[in-house]
Amino acid sequence: MRNIWVICQKELHSYFVSPVAYLLLTMFAVIFGFFFWNSVGYFNAASLQAQMSGQAMPMSVNEYVIRPLLSNISVVGLFFIPMMTMRLFAEEKRTGTIELLATSPIRDTEIIIGKWLAAVILYAVLLLFTAINFSFLFRYGNPDWKPLAIGYLGLLLQAGGLLAIGTFISTLTRNQIIAGAATFGVCLMLWILEWVSGYETATWAKVLAYCSVITHFDSFSKGVLDTKDAVFYVSVIFLGLFLTTRSLESLRWRS
Amino acid sequence: MITVQGLTKRYSHTLAVDHISFEVQKGQIVGFLGPNGAGKTTTMRILTCFLPPSEGTATVAGFDVLEQPLEVKKRIGYLPETPPVYPEMEVGEYLTFVGKLKGMRGPSLASRVTEVTERCAVADVRNKLIGKLSKGYRQRVGLAQAIIHNPDVLILDEPTAGLDPKQINETRDLIRGLSPDHTILLSTHILPEVEQTCEQVLIINKGKLVATDSVHNLQNRARGAESVLLEVEGRNAAIDAQTIQHRLETVSGVSRVLFKETRSNRSIFEVESLKDRFIRGDLARAIVESGWNLNELRPAAMSLEEIFLQLTGAETTGEEKVADEPAPAEEVVQGEKQ
Repeated sequence: MRNIWVICQKELHSYFVSPVAYLLLTMFAVIFGFFFWNSVGYFNAASLQAQMSGQAMPMSVNEYVIRPLLSNISVVGLFFIPMMTMRLFAEEKRTGTIELLATSPIRDTEIIIGKWLAAVILYAVLLLFTAINFSFLFRYGNPDWKPLAIGYLGLLLQAGGLLAIGTFISTLTRNQIIAGAATFGVCLMLWILEWVSGYETATWAKVLAYCSVITHFDSFSKGVLDTKDAVFYVSVIFLGLFLTTRSLESLRWRS
Repeated sequence: MITVQGLTKRYSHTLAVDHISFEVQKGQIVGFLGPNGAGKTTTMRILTCFLPPSEGTATVAGFDVLEQPLEVKKRIGYLPETPPVYPEMEVGEYLTFVGKLKGMRGPSLASRVTEVTERCAVADVRNKLIGKLSKGYRQRVGLAQAIIHNPDVLILDEPTAGLDPKQINETRDLIRGLSPDHTILLSTHILPEVEQTCEQVLIINKGKLVATDSVHNLQNRARGAESVLLEVEGRNAAIDAQTIQHRLETVSGVSRVLFKETRSNRSIFEVESLKDRFIRGDLARAIVESGWNLNELRPAAMSLEEIFLQLTGAETTGEEKVADEPAPAEEVVQGEKQ
């Protein structure tokens, strides 16, 4: 357990002494800021229109601002996740520092969880930036905080799964670019799988759609904590980390 | 401290290490000598539990590398060929990190970091980023990380590679200084390094262990006493062999004359000189003046370098010498052991 934290700290250190973390945070803050601004602007315009036309239909900030924004974060996250994980093992393999880790009295699983945890923490910091924007909604409006909290939980779980897959892919190569591109491809695939459900209702389409990470985020973005979706994400996390341990092990037997 | 039995490592098509067996006693410095690609690094990686062996066993401090890797890893300090450093970390930070990886915590770790930075002469760059350090400094940081947890066994893969002559000397001194409390296995392809640092030598070539000997023995052959092979032709070998031997023994500077064999009327001797005496000229004169024919006179003892080249396939000729003439190499090894 302490070893996990040692590895995690070292990875966080690597993220934050290099420009990587700051670049990701800045890009994310700008992009999300733009989404937020648009979303709130649209909400304002819509509610103004509703008032003028005399419809006294109450508009929910949760429904019209927070929910689509959470979905936006989930999608934008897909683009950021490869950049967080591509380094994790590829770099260690390239520079040979993997030999230090592998010959230290520490288990493979500790190394893997430590690294994955660092990536999850970086993602959480990313989410923290969105909390700044959301705090304005609480200052000037009266949204319900519970759906937002569940939304954040869903985002973390979703990212945890994708980060675990990214960690796995990073063990397959010593080239960061390859690791990043492959992770991006897989993330994107897991996102668009859901599209088949739009026109096809056969079982295979349902299975494909079920595998999509986006499908399972719907409930979270609505503020509903659905065990089935949570279990899906947790399974993806376990699968990713398990594959990583296998990959590290096979690395030794093959090389 | 290290016991290796029939160790073999097979990669998909090549045999990197081929049934090697050796032992390293506690407190010894052992040089692991061989050309590039001989299997040194693979052997070391197996000992450090980085790679599993395909066959055979290796134990470090009584723990098997396959059965109890964590126990082995606790007792081993390893410096791979390229120092495993993180360029984005400062030296002090890095050593603290490695210390934690090895299971050290708290104030004892902090004082140990200070100690090893001083010992490895990197104290002056403690707050610098490793990425900005020169190769020599990085190498020494690598050495510092290997000894941070005060391991029983140190495995150093070419510890002086890329250093300048002054740094090489300092590193050798450092390694020698570590020897009483640490068992050290260091690989190199630089011969003087072995002569200067090690007590025992393992020579490996194409995955096979071709020689094991103490440096002392090798050195004796290499520089101290000269050893010459003589082929003398007399009239009647049966009688002459004795006479010739007596005559040779009287040549000044000769310490020992060994009769090897007779072929028809030619006798072959191996003559050893006293330390630092040059006897070839005197020997030749003595034989010729006694009326015998001197058919051949050649140095029998080789420098460590020559021994090495012969054993490892004579890179200088660019030929597969070992494959063509395995016999001389065998003879040398056998001869040394006697």
